[in-house]
Amino acid sequence: MAKAAAKVSSGGAARKSALAGREFHTGAVRLAVLPPAERISLRAPAGSVAALSKALGLDLPTKPKASASNGGRTALWLGPDEWLVIDQTGDPLANCSEVKDLHSAVGVSHRNVAFSVSGAGAEATLNAGCPQDLSLEAFPVGACSRTILGKVEIVLLRTGEDAFRVECWRSFSDYVHDFLVEAAADTGG
Amino acid sequence: MLLIHCPYCEEERPELEFRHAGEAHVARSPDIAAISDEDFEKFFFIRSNPKGIVFERWRHVHGCGRFFNAARNTVTDRFLTTYRAGETKPEISVAETGPAAWANREPAELNEKTAAGAKE
Ligand SMILES: [Zn+2]
Repeated sequence: MAKAAAKVSSGGAARKSALAGREFHTGAVRLAVLPPAERISLRAPAGSVAALSKALGLDLPTKPKASASNGGRTALWLGPDEWLVIDQTGDPLANCSEVKDLHSAVGVSHRNVAFSVSGAGAEATLNAGCPQDLSLEAFPVGACSRTILGKVEIVLLRTGEDAFRVECWRSFSDYVHDFLVEAAADTGG
Repeated sequence: MLLIHCPYCEEERPELEFRHAGEAHVARSPDIAAISDEDFEKFFFIRSNPKGIVFERWRHVHGCGRFFNAARNTVTDRFLTTYRAGETKPEISVAETGPAAWANREPAELNEKTAAGAKE
């Protein structure tokens, strides 16, 4: 599989990222399309978690809404046996291939587009379309969840008190981008 | 918005993340080919559809993805309890089946601190 970050050109076809480099600012919110990353969808029973954690170099979280990071790699708990692993530098798929214990690791690098939403109005911007309680009490830094934004499914990760990462499917990325721009404008500032 | 407690996410989450998935505790025969047409009809098509307490399957489709079971009052739309798939059907006492609608809970039960602590 081609590396997500590489600008592969073969036979005249060039890989082009959806919405690459787009940015939007208001006084209170900064919205940016994040660079490509390696991603895997990981499914595994409890008995395989230790071996996978060792291979991936981080402790796969087993609590709801929890994430774990090590360097440029983050593992997000999505369900009792499901994680999304996002990696900016390495290749988590190759790491998982060394594990003999039962698991399923599927490369989904190009399935997703990621946005960063940051600034004092970030929480309000997301709450324009996400019905979850995003207060720091209920959704602290490091919390993550599969949820919805408007009419599409997203994966949300809080990267800072005023910063979130939004992962959505590539074909939904236009909708998510426009939704966030509208919502950011509505938060004022 | 209705808040539904997901037994896998271990917290109340907004209704929009969930999808209804039919009546719960409908057991499929281990030898489905051997049962009579009448029994198959009961298994496949006939649902209890009572006015009052129903036991239903729900799926946290835009969350953890898991199916679980819930007891809900069809008159008030109040969820009495939710529990993991495979767990036994809970006993629901008559006292719990009263008409107190979910929306009629006291503010304290709706995660709001005080009037002063409410969002500006
Ligand atoms: Zn759940």
